[in-house]
Amino acid sequence: MQYMLLIHVDETKMPKVPTDETYQMAAAYNAYTEALRKAGVLLAGERLKPSGTAAAVRVRADRTEVLDGPFADTKEQLGGYYLIEAPDMDAAVQWAARCPGSSTGTVEVREVWPAMAPAN
Amino acid sequence: MASHGPCQLNADGPASAARAAAERAARDSYGRLVAYLAAHTRDIAGAEDALADAFASALAQWPTSGVPQKPESWLLAVARRRQVDASRRRRTADAAREHVAMIEDERSGIAAEEGFPDERLKLMFVCAAPEIEPAMRAPLILQTLLGFDAATIGAAFLVSPSTMGQRLVRAKARIRQNAIPFRIPDRSEMPGRLDAVLAAIYTAFAEGWSDAAGADPRRTNLASEAIWLGRVLTSLMPSEPEVLGLLALMLFADARGTSRRTAAGAYVPLADQDVATWNGDLIDEAESLLLRASRFRTFGRYQIEAAVQSAHCARRRTQRIDWPAIRTLYEALAQICPSPVVSVNLAVAVAETDGPAAGLAHLAGVADDARLTDYQPYWAARADLLARCGDFAEARRAYDRASGLQSDPAVRAFLMARRERLGASLN
Repeated sequence: MQYMLLIHVDETKMPKVPTDETYQMAAAYNAYTEALRKAGVLLAGERLKPSGTAAAVRVRADRTEVLDGPFADTKEQLGGYYLIEAPDMDAAVQWAARCPGSSTGTVEVREVWPAMAPAN
Repeated sequence: MASHGPCQLNADGPASAARAAAERAARDSYGRLVAYLAAHTRDIAGAEDALADAFASALAQWPTSGVPQKPESWLLAVARRRQVDASRRRRTADAAREHVAMIEDERSGIAAEEGFPDERLKLMFVCAAPEIEPAMRAPLILQTLLGFDAATIGAAFLVSPSTMGQRLVRAKARIRQNAIPFRIPDRSEMPGRLDAVLAAIYTAFAEGWSDAAGADPRRTNLASEAIWLGRVLTSLMPSEPEVLGLLALMLFADARGTSRRTAAGAYVPLADQDVATWNGDLIDEAESLLLRASRFRTFGRYQIEAAVQSAHCARRRTQRIDWPAIRTLYEALAQICPSPVVSVNLAVAVAETDGPAAGLAHLAGVADDARLTDYQPYWAARADLLARCGDFAEARRAYDRASGLQSDPAVRAFLMARRERLGASLN
């Protein structure tokens, strides 16, 4: 089974300029990514640029709208993700608990729909 | 559903005395009431529902009618009536049998007595029956004996509340469908069955204890509730050395529970803890329990693990940790219940008695075990021993694995700081 770990963090709490804490966080993420890789469960994972740089796109009645900023106006923003392979939800939650993001923000665990077989 | 009990009691200002009385009754007798109510019907969920109704009635009536003289009997009588009503509504043969049994009980007046039989031990054995999945035994005991809700139990075991709720419902249905009897196992089956009960209580304790920062009150609470269950079990089975051993083990750990963090929240490893911050009363109580257990002359894993704790706590008097004793104890443990946990602990003890290289050699001997790939303490121990052997490059890799697998931010920061210091000593 594939699971997506969506890391939500409060961007306003992140320092504008890198501090010791920033480097520690980066090192913690490196260690976590390495642990996922060595355990053979890592499929993909990236960090996202701040939501202030985001654009939200929607097409309604043939009209395309492009808005500034993230889609959802919440305190915590999507800051990165991991796509992992795990035997079940329990195991995926276990990995989410180890993610450094879960001690500073929230890690949402979502199971991925298996790809549909192509119609003949 | 599956979320009743002490945590659910809520009422406002004027009802606070009634609420306090209901909460006291819940705390003292929730498990006794559920156990007694379920013993005949084998329907734990039904017993919990009936009791939840009784608590709701108490909160509605006690503020005006006053708290009854025997709150527990009052709750039991109301819950019994709910059970009878519910079984009447079902109108099945099964229900009819239960109904007759309940009326029989009612007539003999058991329910009206303050001293109704304590069926908690039977309930514990039901929850830890072979038919119940091992991983669900501790959650089931926490819910039925203590009234914890699914969200609290789920948080402790890293499972979502709805999933935990479903699993608890399924486990209770299984008890009913398989007609798992409410009885004390006989002598021949006792060792295995008792082991399952002890394992469930210890699991609950360990889940609570692992929240060293006390950040989640629900988890911290789990450790003290597990100790309370250990005390109940000790009072019900005072001549079982492993029961005494488990309680001793939990008390030793609890005695230094708060010493694992500095005031600023940083992790303090056991060997660096200030013994003055340990709870001496708990340690003394644990020591005397362990002594009592040893008089039965049958040793088991909990007594041995408690003895390891005792050797660590001896530093209080001798200023040094008795590593040779700890090593001997882990060697004994590796004989009777080998596991990756025991192997790693034994390797650490070997390193302390014969040097880090010997410890590493011991770890290498178990490295093939696939269970160690994601086992954080293995990587933390390996990192430390490699560092002490001067192999900084490998140590750095092991520290990375150990911190990547660690979910406690304080321990993660500790490991990463150690890794950094390795770098400094190289340059």
